[in-house]
Amino acid sequence: MTAAPIKPGTNGAPAVSGAAAEAAPLLEVHNLVKHFPVRGGILNRVVGHVHAVNGVSLTVKRGEILGVVGESGCGKSTLGKLVLRLIEPTSGSIRFDGTEITGLGHAEMMPFRRRMQIVFQDPYSSLNPRKTVRMMLREALKFHRVVKSSEIEATIDELIRKVGLRPDAKDKFPHEFSGGQRQRLGIARALALRPEFIVCDEPVSALDVSIQAQVLNLMMGLKEEFGLTLLFISHDLKVIEHFCDRVLVMYLGHVVEEMACERLHNEDGSVGALHPYTNALLGANPIDDPDERRPLTVLQGDVPSPYDLPKGCPFAGRCPRAMDKCRSEMPPLVERPTIGNGAASHKVACWAV
Amino acid sequence: MTAVDDVSFDLAAGETLGIVGESGCGKTVTSKSIMRLLPERTSFIKPGSRVLLRTGGRDRGDGLPPEVDLATADPETMRKVRGARVAMIFQEPMTSLNPVFTIGWQLDEALRYHTTLGRRERRARAIEMLKLVEIPNPERRIGEYPHQLSGGMRQRVMIAMALCCEPDVLIADEPTTALDVTIQAQILQLMEGLKKRLNTAIVLITHNLGVVAQVCDRVLVMYAGRVIESAPVRELFHAPRHPYTKALLESIPKTGRKEHGKRLPTIEGIVPSLYDLPKGCRFHERCSMAKERCIAEEPALVAGEDGRQVRCHYPLGVPATLTVGVTA
Repeated sequence: MTAAPIKPGTNGAPAVSGAAAEAAPLLEVHNLVKHFPVRGGILNRVVGHVHAVNGVSLTVKRGEILGVVGESGCGKSTLGKLVLRLIEPTSGSIRFDGTEITGLGHAEMMPFRRRMQIVFQDPYSSLNPRKTVRMMLREALKFHRVVKSSEIEATIDELIRKVGLRPDAKDKFPHEFSGGQRQRLGIARALALRPEFIVCDEPVSALDVSIQAQVLNLMMGLKEEFGLTLLFISHDLKVIEHFCDRVLVMYLGHVVEEMACERLHNEDGSVGALHPYTNALLGANPIDDPDERRPLTVLQGDVPSPYDLPKGCPFAGRCPRAMDKCRSEMPPLVERPTIGNGAASHKVACWAV
Repeated sequence: MTAVDDVSFDLAAGETLGIVGESGCGKTVTSKSIMRLLPERTSFIKPGSRVLLRTGGRDRGDGLPPEVDLATADPETMRKVRGARVAMIFQEPMTSLNPVFTIGWQLDEALRYHTTLGRRERRARAIEMLKLVEIPNPERRIGEYPHQLSGGMRQRVMIAMALCCEPDVLIADEPTTALDVTIQAQILQLMEGLKKRLNTAIVLITHNLGVVAQVCDRVLVMYAGRVIESAPVRELFHAPRHPYTKALLESIPKTGRKEHGKRLPTIEGIVPSLYDLPKGCRFHERCSMAKERCIAEEPALVAGEDGRQVRCHYPLGVPATLTVGVTA
């Protein structure tokens, strides 16, 4: 018995790229908010809230890779978990393939769980150490009844091969693999259910450069082969620029800029991003050319605590271009018509640009 | 198991040497061997190894001879060297700072041991060091515990601790790896400033080639416990001689529009285990240019006339005559 070829789920999307991606959005998020309560005092009352995600809206088209970048604590991982409903949002709407999924019950959510998957940063802590690869993949395939039970073994073989592992990997435990191989397992686990949408939460951050390149290439190949749509979370703008179609720059739970990755740098190498924070991120990234030594952009201070958000623009405290207005009023995320930009949307939340 | 095999380098005052390589290549073991921080029960430095520290430049009244071999020095001498002459910054500030003491106490420790300053003077010095690494409110922070600081601040405290005795050599083991880019930029700028002010020699261990390009003078590339190439930073980036160095440089995502969405060149396979090293060149299984000779015999580290070193039978960009001369 041969396994049915792995392809995306029921209403399988054709492998789209570039211009064809004008199709209907697969994921639409509107005004998503997540506050975590902070308890304290002898009665353990709620004494405040950590504002992890503050009114984020985004759209991911079918076949697109949307990057989310920001420093630790900016809410990018929380955002990834929210759109999969691994945690419940405080408010806001999440539409997946036209269906509002925020209010769905456990059973109603089940088909969506199969269609939306996640790859975590640390594949070691996200894989069960007591299960072999075969057991792990079989469980997922059985539970969601992705293939007939007679086809399960063949499907597992196929998955292992697809992510570039040797066939004998099937009967090994997670600890027997290197970091890069474990990340391949994480990808195999996500792919097993033939999802349409995968959230990749810092999938290459813990890997060495040469392994990082292998895993990125693997993901790009699988994305094209299965017509996947990805939300790619990373703190490394270089990886995002290389890998994604569009990028969302987050700071303290807010989106401060949203643009096509191609526009991050202009033809002449100058920076095409507008928000001072995006510019700071680009400027702080050391260039790997000793002839282009330059003082790195150094922002003063640390990211403010999301427990106690400043009034006005969240970035105002560290921004080299901050004005009085920035400290009192939150700038809205608005479309910037840029010259020669064509149809690509470019949104910035800043009073100074 | 030999974790680090025949690693040699010189470092002058005011110079920054970068040691790069992937996990498990022996970068950290090299630095810990210099400091003699590896557990003596389970590991040893091979007799005949030498780590010469020339202390001649500055007299500190610590009674050290002008030249000390750290590989064989007795514990008493090592105590005088560690923290005062040679200091180290570790990758993980949370595990290297003691959680049950205030940062002031920990800063004070080195001063207490290595200087004759009184209690008030030491406190003033500790505050001054915290100011130097740009910690806001040092008078208040000095009484706080490591968990009360952010990751970037903890790393800056580590740097302040390492520098409070103004060491001649600073070994920084992945000092910015766990940090955000904006904080990384702050730390790098800080280290650069301190080098200029105190003429400290720095060994910067990292796997981030961008950081190397920006701050190092010379680079040592390591692979599976061996130095495979050593060169001044510009030459290394523009004309790498070892195929591994070249492949490593190519596999970094590049900024700019031209590269967007392309496949990255990769190095196939993974770093060999040190328990099971391949015969011949340690890189031959992953090398796109490997020939029969690479499988049969391990190349020696050969110094060129231009002061560069490479461990390869068929180095890139080297005229054939030179290669022949090497074989002879």
